[in-house]
Amino acid sequence: MTLEAALAAASAKPAGKRPYFLTPEVERVMAIAMAIAQELAVARARVDTLERLLERKGVMTREEIETFQPTPDEATERGLWAQEYIARVLRIVQQEAEQIKAGGATELASEDVAREVSDADE
Amino acid sequence: MSDAPNRVDYQGPPDYRAVGRHAVFPQTTHDEIERFNFLAQMNRHLGTRILPAVKTAFEQRVAPRVEAEGGRFENRHDVRKALLKDPYYQTWSALRRMTMEQRQQAGRWVALRQAEELASKVEAAVAAEGSGIEAGFVADPKVKIPRYVSAVDHHCMPGSYHTELFPGDVSAAANYDSGIFATTGGTLGRYSDGGGHAVVQWVRRHLPDLNPQRILDIGATLGHSVLPIAAAFPDAEVIAIDVSVPVLRYALARARSLGVRNIRFVQADGADLKAFADASFDWVQTTMFLHELSYGSMRAIMRESFRVLRPGGVVLHVEQPQYGKDMPLYEQAMRDWDAFYNNEPFWSTMHEIDLDGFLLRAGFKREHLIHGGVTAVVDRDVFPDAAEESGEDYGRKAAWHVVGARKSV
Repeated sequence: MTLEAALAAASAKPAGKRPYFLTPEVERVMAIAMAIAQELAVARARVDTLERLLERKGVMTREEIETFQPTPDEATERGLWAQEYIARVLRIVQQEAEQIKAGGATELASEDVAREVSDADE
Repeated sequence: MSDAPNRVDYQGPPDYRAVGRHAVFPQTTHDEIERFNFLAQMNRHLGTRILPAVKTAFEQRVAPRVEAEGGRFENRHDVRKALLKDPYYQTWSALRRMTMEQRQQAGRWVALRQAEELASKVEAAVAAEGSGIEAGFVADPKVKIPRYVSAVDHHCMPGSYHTELFPGDVSAAANYDSGIFATTGGTLGRYSDGGGHAVVQWVRRHLPDLNPQRILDIGATLGHSVLPIAAAFPDAEVIAIDVSVPVLRYALARARSLGVRNIRFVQADGADLKAFADASFDWVQTTMFLHELSYGSMRAIMRESFRVLRPGGVVLHVEQPQYGKDMPLYEQAMRDWDAFYNNEPFWSTMHEIDLDGFLLRAGFKREHLIHGGVTAVVDRDVFPDAAEESGEDYGRKAAWHVVGARKSV
């Protein structure tokens, strides 16, 4: 079985119409969120496994993680990462703000411009 | 650490790594295991933390609203339809359905990414048994997949138990086997066989004179519920039947790997047991099977079970409890959830009909009917014991009724 086929079959819809309890748009977003919640739990478990293995091997203790103090440079790097991360996740909110500033609904859509630039009589 | 929760108080599924493994159990990576751990905990959370407030919502706003509008609940379907309009029931339902979908996805990925490897291991185990009608696995190409199996995929399992994605594919079985832990939160025990152990314990206690030489298990799928029966009666010959080939082939490899040799897996439909002679079994068993059927097939299975039983033999069906007159409509409606939203279309009807009547019409005598109750028998050091859980996750708890009959001598 190809990877493509396995990926498709793993997520296949069971025979029978799928029930929706919420509006389909909301349920769709919720399902994606729950899948991400699952993957976050998986990632968290993997970090936990890693910490425990390192502790068992005497590389570090988990107590050192709890009492970790970054150096000023490290703290800056971590702060920058957090800012970049949040900006990336909330990009759509930034776009909404820019849209308001640009005049909201009066802004042209690409489709409008497509008609304009395709006008042979221009 | 001093503020850590008290470990003695921990109630919930064990780590997935406690699940028993056999030669054809799929390999699992760290993250695949953690996916199942998450889903087992999700199911527990849904059942213990979210579900109770559905009842509160029903009592405080759903029922009062129906009453205020001059309506009344005539039956469980009225209750369910009213619940469907409640936002909290909607949220619980959406999450419960999603968790089932995620469980199928997680298990199917595990099984499919190693489908060829599993298929070849099973093929080797089947081949080692030889061929012929006495082999450990016997196919019958004349058996058709009944509509009650093919119309909708039971418990949202794509392809159900019978679909082979390529010749010899057993991924349907491997998916079921690897993920049942997540669905049941470990309450079926190490080898998902708590139901079978419960039946054995019940039979030893209540039918001590039963000394079965031949046992028929109908709707066996992977054989997980029948293996404890075969192991408990090592001198008996056990025949496990199912309509689906992939699960039977997997079941054979699984059984042999677990050291159970007195069992054979035969493709057959319980509604048509003509391959088996009259009065040829001492015990006919079904475990969590009747709810997957149809009215007609259940009638035929009851009739055929009676025919193949020897005088003095017993038939036992293990199922979730029937909806009796004394079961509140709310509970009936909640137990019906799986029927409508987890692709168990016969569940609702099966739980309201008079099973005793079916047995009587099949030929059993009223004075020989059997009724009992069992909970999953598990390794309590590691797995949650359903007998000690006070909660009720309607239709999912590992606590069942035994309904059956003894054939007159």
